[in-house]
Amino acid sequence: MKTHYINTPLKLKDITSMRTGDRVFITGTVYAMRDEAHKRFIYKIIKDEPLPFELKGQIIYYTGPAPAPEGKPIGSAGPTSSYRMDTYTPQLLEKGLKATIGKGPRDKSVVESMVRRRAVYLVAVGGAAVVISRSVKSSEVIAFEELGHEAVRKLEVENFPCIVANDIYGNDIFTEGVEKWKK
Amino acid sequence: MRREIKSREVTAAVKKLCMDANYFVGEDLKDSIRKFSEIEESETGKEILSVILENYDLAAKERMAVCQDTGVAVLFVRIGQDVHITGGNFYEALNEGVRQGYSEGCLRKSLIKDPVFKRINTKDNTPAVIHTRIVSGKKLEITMMPKGSGAENMSEVRMLRASDGLKEIKKFVLEKVVLGGGKPCPPIIVGIGVGGNLERSAILSKIALLRDIGKPSTDRNWAKVESDILEDINRTGIGPQGLGGNVTALAVHILVEPCHIACLPVAVNIQCHANRHRTVTL
Repeated sequence: MKTHYINTPLKLKDITSMRTGDRVFITGTVYAMRDEAHKRFIYKIIKDEPLPFELKGQIIYYTGPAPAPEGKPIGSAGPTSSYRMDTYTPQLLEKGLKATIGKGPRDKSVVESMVRRRAVYLVAVGGAAVVISRSVKSSEVIAFEELGHEAVRKLEVENFPCIVANDIYGNDIFTEGVEKWKK
Repeated sequence: MRREIKSREVTAAVKKLCMDANYFVGEDLKDSIRKFSEIEESETGKEILSVILENYDLAAKERMAVCQDTGVAVLFVRIGQDVHITGGNFYEALNEGVRQGYSEGCLRKSLIKDPVFKRINTKDNTPAVIHTRIVSGKKLEITMMPKGSGAENMSEVRMLRASDGLKEIKKFVLEKVVLGGGKPCPPIIVGIGVGGNLERSAILSKIALLRDIGKPSTDRNWAKVESDILEDINRTGIGPQGLGGNVTALAVHILVEPCHIACLPVAVNIQCHANRHRTVTL
């Protein structure tokens, strides 16, 4: 198990060196978005319209943060369940998205697509929303403001803590972890 | 003797409850996670449990929501039959408390007007889901439970055959836990309602989540079932956050009520580790 300190945007060597179970601390930009924003991205891709940000080399974090208390850049901001984004993820990977952060397992189609597109899936600890919010230094809504906590946010993060769940070699922490500890 | 309680006192109490329930978890939960940290053998699992504990402490210190999913506001109300609410409608007073608590407490507003046709946020996290019970006396007791969707989505009510018995109940619960895997944010707490009818079993399964974590059922037979199911769940290997380990659940709580001779309603309400609830008595 290795620990990686990486800066965004992700480079190919960052991704090839990651293995399932490794710890990753991200510094730089990650984009926060969830269900409805994903749906709108797909509509835009179908209609060949420009996206709110260029996906190439980027990281999407599945979260809908709580409102920011006074003096803080963001409120509680833990990961939401990733499986709800499974239908949309392969199309975003095709556009060059390199990593997603969430919680819980992904569909087989997403896992396969990640191997093909050389992208990784990272997990953050669900329900550790305050701990995680501390690594967010700034937050700016960049699209779909009317969606409230579901709007797309550009987050600047410092040492954002995650664990590699799916690497580009087809390993999956969920199936392997459970197999290992099953009695 | 009738006792008057003003609706604005109800609102103020619920407002505070919403904030406190989202910022502070119970000592029973922290004790349970500490206890299970010693049992967990997976290094990643241990690390996750320690982050979870750190998060509870930090949330309380900063007065921030333990989890960004501050849920649907579920209110369990036990109102004494000698209580008279004055100065406004009781349910409106409860909802006004939720409105104020969620807006002033920096809690996320997660409700939409219509699940299919009008997916527009109600903007104040109302309406609350309110369960009212009329009891003897002149007290008003309100319990607030912010119920997030991650674990709620893994829950189910099933009408088993009356002849199915314990074996099928256990099978159903295990099926739900295994199917949920890492999705409901394990380690989980499993609330189970057995009996009543369709809707009553669901309510029982939710009330079961309010019991102090790990406190066994007062019925000896069912207490044994609880510990057996817990053991089975913790053999599945799912572990903290589903990444593998031997701590998948902290507790199984079962509540039982009489039911029709031809029925066996069983509800499984899955709760994430952030088992938040708070009670006030007026």
